[in-house]
Amino acid sequence: MKVLVPVKRVIDYNVKPRVKMDGTGVDLTNVKMSMNPFDEIAVEEAIRLKEKGAASEIVVVSVGPQKAQDTLRTALAMGADRAILIQSDQEVEPLAVAKLLKAVTDEEQPGIVLLGKQAIDDDSNQTGQMLAALTGRPQGTFASKVEIQGDAVEVTREVDGGLETVSLKLPAIVTTDLRLNEPRYASLPNIMKAKTKPMATKTPADYGVDITPRLTTIKVEEPAKRQAGVKLGSVDELVGKLKDLGVVA
Amino acid sequence: MSVLVLVEHEAGVPKDASLATVAAAQKLGEVHALVAGQGAEAKQAADATARIAGVAKVLLADDAAYANMLAENVAPLVAGLMGDYDALLCNATSNGKNIAPRVAAMLDVMQVSDVLSIDGTDTFTRPIYAGNAIATVKSSDAKKVLTVRATAFAKAQASGGSASVETVSGPTDAGLSTFVGAETSKSERPELTSAKVVVSGGRALGSSEEFHRLIDPLADKLGAAVGASRAAVDAGYAPNDYQVGQTGKIVAPSVYIAIGISGAIQHLAGMKDSGTIVAINKDEDAPIFQIADLGLVGDLFQIVPELTQKL
Repeated sequence: MKVLVPVKRVIDYNVKPRVKMDGTGVDLTNVKMSMNPFDEIAVEEAIRLKEKGAASEIVVVSVGPQKAQDTLRTALAMGADRAILIQSDQEVEPLAVAKLLKAVTDEEQPGIVLLGKQAIDDDSNQTGQMLAALTGRPQGTFASKVEIQGDAVEVTREVDGGLETVSLKLPAIVTTDLRLNEPRYASLPNIMKAKTKPMATKTPADYGVDITPRLTTIKVEEPAKRQAGVKLGSVDELVGKLKDLGVVA
Repeated sequence: MSVLVLVEHEAGVPKDASLATVAAAQKLGEVHALVAGQGAEAKQAADATARIAGVAKVLLADDAAYANMLAENVAPLVAGLMGDYDALLCNATSNGKNIAPRVAAMLDVMQVSDVLSIDGTDTFTRPIYAGNAIATVKSSDAKKVLTVRATAFAKAQASGGSASVETVSGPTDAGLSTFVGAETSKSERPELTSAKVVVSGGRALGSSEEFHRLIDPLADKLGAAVGASRAAVDAGYAPNDYQVGQTGKIVAPSVYIAIGISGAIQHLAGMKDSGTIVAINKDEDAPIFQIADLGLVGDLFQIVPELTQKL
């Protein structure tokens, strides 16, 4: 079974994003970029499936600028087998990404597509579900456990009330949550090896997908700032304040 | 504009988040509410939804296929009904986030996630970058699909309405997925996302035993819900559904008490709209103090029991 893992190059999760003065977006010049953390978890899960013998080949794909090659190389260094870059310098919305991934899915016929549940830049949380709709496949979103069982996959999902388990017919789409696994670091020999692994470069036009955005960003602003308050000297003072707030009977 | 709201319900009662979504939908036009489920509970939820102020009509879809809100079954039902509507609004909850994008893609619509405000029929604000920026976006799609952040809208009244309930049907079991089971945390405490007071614990608590020994009695004293930072959940001190933050739950209680939580931006994203933020931490430079209204620097293992005892 082949596994397809889409990955996105995003702002590093340790960097505090700064809104541009002109209100057109977030300033990404000279900012450290990394693989979206949820996608790293997806790559790791794919590798574990391969190590268990459940997956035969791992294909990683990214939609983004040429620099997204670095992100794909990271995935190859972790253990993916080959990569596809669908190059676009303009921002591509989740719906268009899902259409591109549908085209790749049609071509590659993976048994499972493993995606991060959301990207930490636009926080949309849509692409996996949209891909599932477009391919007519079942979806196991927010996965904290993935188990292949014959021609099905059992996915434990992190939901508002706790955990929920669903069984999906393969082929299926799975999106990862934080506690699915802890991604490995690529070793130096594997980083070297990744440089010779195959990487194809395509464009959205190659797949006949229109990536014209449906949403126009009118402005991007900083949220209202909270002011730091007061430091209290004792528990008694805090008790008094909580009583003032009316939260203590 | 005619708007369809996908209602989430449990034990025959619409969830609070759906009341907020109904309130958001009213800003767009006439609100119809879809209750999908099975049997007497679904019927009861539909009747309760009909009483929500601002709901003009309730659509009840009763089928075993909708019992567990499997996206493979519910999305085709919703998409099939959307011919009559200009917009679909779902809660930005785990169910809404699971189902809405599947519907949006079926309709060839780019969804707007986690809507904070509705500024006209096609313009919305939403948080990006863990809430470090707020984007105003305008949708060019003929139909809109939105998920709504419950804490950003005042809830519609659960009573006062008298809508009619109409039965609808849609595709039955798609045969793609089955519900195996759920492990839900049972608690007498209020629900985390709608509680007036939240007490959250972080990694500084050191263990699951200490987390529950210190946090639970304080929460019970205050009638509060219990939350946790990602670090505490990852370390196994608290279950996953306690997590407050960018990818966990978004809360905005009147009072949020953060205990042993340093305040990573991902955590702040989930609670910074709270009324009053109280922070207890031994590190006086912890980022949490930059947004806390009331701070107490010190050893939580001494402070928390003393606080619980004195309240």
